[in-house]
Amino acid sequence: MQSLTFKRGVHPDDAKALTMDKSIKVILPKEGSELFFPMSQHIGAPCEPIVQKGDYVKVGQKIGEAKGFVSSPIFASVSGEVTDIRPVLIPSGGKSLAVVIKNDGLMAEYEGLKGCPDWTKLTKEEILNKIKEGGVVGMGGAGFPTQVKLAPKEEIDHVIVNAAECEPYLTCDYRLMLEQPEKLVEGLKIVLSLFPKAKGVIGIEDNKPEAIKILSDMVKDIPNIEVASLLKKFPQGSEKHIIYAVTGGREVPSGALPSAVGCIVDNVDTIISIYNAIVEGKPVMRKIMTVSGGAPMNPGNYQIRVGMTYKDIMDQIGGFKVEPAKMIAGGPMMGFTMYTLDTATTRTSSSLLCFTPEEAYIPPESSCIRCGKCVAHCPMGLQPYLLNKLALRGDSAGFLAHHGLDCISCGSCSFECPAKRQLAQSIAARKRIEGALKAAAKAKAAKAAEAKK
Amino acid sequence: MDNIVMSATPHVRSKESVQSIMRDVIIALIPATVMGIKFFGIKALMLTVISVVSSVFFEWLYEKILKKPCTIHDLSAVVTGMLIAFNMPVGASWWMPIVGAAFAIIIAKQLFGGIGQNFVNPALMARAFLLASYPSAMTTWSVDGVTTATPLALLKTLKNSGVTLDSLNLPSLAQVATGVGIGGCIGETCAIALLIGFVYLLIRKVISWRIPVIYIATVFILSTIIGRYGVRMGYYEIFCGGLFLGAIFMATDYTTSPMTPKGQIIYAIGCGVLTYLIRVYGSYPEGVSYSILIMNLGVPLIDKYVVGKIFGALPKVKEAKKA
Repeated sequence: MQSLTFKRGVHPDDAKALTMDKSIKVILPKEGSELFFPMSQHIGAPCEPIVQKGDYVKVGQKIGEAKGFVSSPIFASVSGEVTDIRPVLIPSGGKSLAVVIKNDGLMAEYEGLKGCPDWTKLTKEEILNKIKEGGVVGMGGAGFPTQVKLAPKEEIDHVIVNAAECEPYLTCDYRLMLEQPEKLVEGLKIVLSLFPKAKGVIGIEDNKPEAIKILSDMVKDIPNIEVASLLKKFPQGSEKHIIYAVTGGREVPSGALPSAVGCIVDNVDTIISIYNAIVEGKPVMRKIMTVSGGAPMNPGNYQIRVGMTYKDIMDQIGGFKVEPAKMIAGGPMMGFTMYTLDTATTRTSSSLLCFTPEEAYIPPESSCIRCGKCVAHCPMGLQPYLLNKLALRGDSAGFLAHHGLDCISCGSCSFECPAKRQLAQSIAARKRIEGALKAAAKAKAAKAAEAKK
Repeated sequence: MDNIVMSATPHVRSKESVQSIMRDVIIALIPATVMGIKFFGIKALMLTVISVVSSVFFEWLYEKILKKPCTIHDLSAVVTGMLIAFNMPVGASWWMPIVGAAFAIIIAKQLFGGIGQNFVNPALMARAFLLASYPSAMTTWSVDGVTTATPLALLKTLKNSGVTLDSLNLPSLAQVATGVGIGGCIGETCAIALLIGFVYLLIRKVISWRIPVIYIATVFILSTIIGRYGVRMGYYEIFCGGLFLGAIFMATDYTTSPMTPKGQIIYAIGCGVLTYLIRVYGSYPEGVSYSILIMNLGVPLIDKYVVGKIFGALPKVKEAKKA
């Protein structure tokens, strides 16, 4: 099978050998430990807690109600007493109001959960509603509410399962494909039932031949599902770039969503969560996580309960062999560094990387030598060296004119830069400033309009 | 956990550094250095060493005086030093590389902000400066102590009445390609050694093939079509003079060449055309240095207007290829 791909991009060492062959181990939170459920675990409006301090909650019980169209409810992953409702630290570095539950260790299941093994009898609305009520969001990290994504205005002809897993070190999607392929295929069938004209494509990077083989065998008799082998290249798993590769060159227009070119892209874990929510009636409360890097004693793939802190997880899997110098929630290309493991996991937590001081070393910046490698590797066709200059200078007009807002923050430029310049960082910072300026201008205009009235 | 590193993405970086790139360029220059010493004797080595040492020294001195961070470890001054010596005839006085290095490093490079900021190639500026200041010393070519004319200088005389190609007594193609018995600058005469360096740079992905290949191809096409030799030996001229040295090691200087592939193509064609125009119609027999310097000046303009296509900039839905 010829591997498909996109233009440019980079080839970091994939470092997957550390955990690739480690099957998923189930970890349960310790009795008496506290779990934290931030009300903001997705893109969109934060949830509102619907339990109170002192309440007793059960596994799978809804504790946060979605507010707004783009939102997704939160569920308890353990049974026990609600001990507090207070802001806690989340992996991206911010704080979010959270429900704190003390695990009583009984794992008492909530009675209201009902599976629906024959999902073909459900209507489109029922399926979307079950996905919403299952708390399914983009599990690859973005956390966009799935029921919103699955109800586009445009006609859809491709449903792409993003199984590229192009971030180095990460193997959680790979293990899911090996261990629960039937759930993935069935989940994809459910999504395809919403789009009768679409074909399903499972896009897998060619450094995972086992997964390609298993899934190819499994879908060979299903007419509207196929497996596509993708070249191992970063950022192959970027939504725009997997669409480009799978569809033979469709480009999502700047500022538009994948549905603009007739595509829907969902991560492996998202599709499996859809299956769990509909067929088994289980909302999102478990998460497969890769723990890797040079520092952990036992790198591997673990099924955790959402809400456990990273510290709980590390304590249960043997801690560290070397004191970590850097801890990353997410992959090494796009993940966030954390300064403490006393941070709650969320439903988008796909990995914890703990680096030794050697792995964590980032060489100091020096002057740009204009080698052009950032331009040659930018998957968006931008000129990162120039955007870096404009961002550092605070040149808003120039930054926008050179398409700074099209940057997907994949970090390919910084990865390649021989002068070790923080290109992606400066561009990301400027993007945030531009976003804030835009919001401020909008607010000002709204205020002015109101004053006129 | 007291020493936790917090940093922005990405958390992994390629192993390549400015120093490793410059080291590769130095390695790529070694075959030509060896051939230079073989053809022109131990003095070629002496001039190269003086040039390298003084380039590094002036970089250190300038940064010391201005209390700037010292950058000599990035090895770029070593490359500049080697290239200055490569662009000199072996008959140059021992102090000339020092003058050249001072001009290249202080005037052409550091005054504009140091590495990455200069808008013209420092080594070529040094050559132009020396050529203007010491024209006779910089254009006296000798091989084994005997003064000779370069093949390009001989070709130049074709313009004079009564001179025919046969009467020129040109060295053979094998000679100009290998540099045996050919007068010229220390590093430019052995095209084969320079090509070995080119292949090394390509394998190490330090430079792309575009600038050197298109530059040389442009000169080849022009010298074939309108060349003084006629069609039969258009390839003879590409081995003459400093074309290989210039195309492989000077025109590809990161700082003074365009950033985008399309821009690099335009730049390389420009270098080729200018080189040929100077060779045939100019008063100098050779035009590589000046054509590269002139095209260096056009780089900001090229970079401004020749940019690649942005992903998703044009809402164009191509039909999926049917596999």
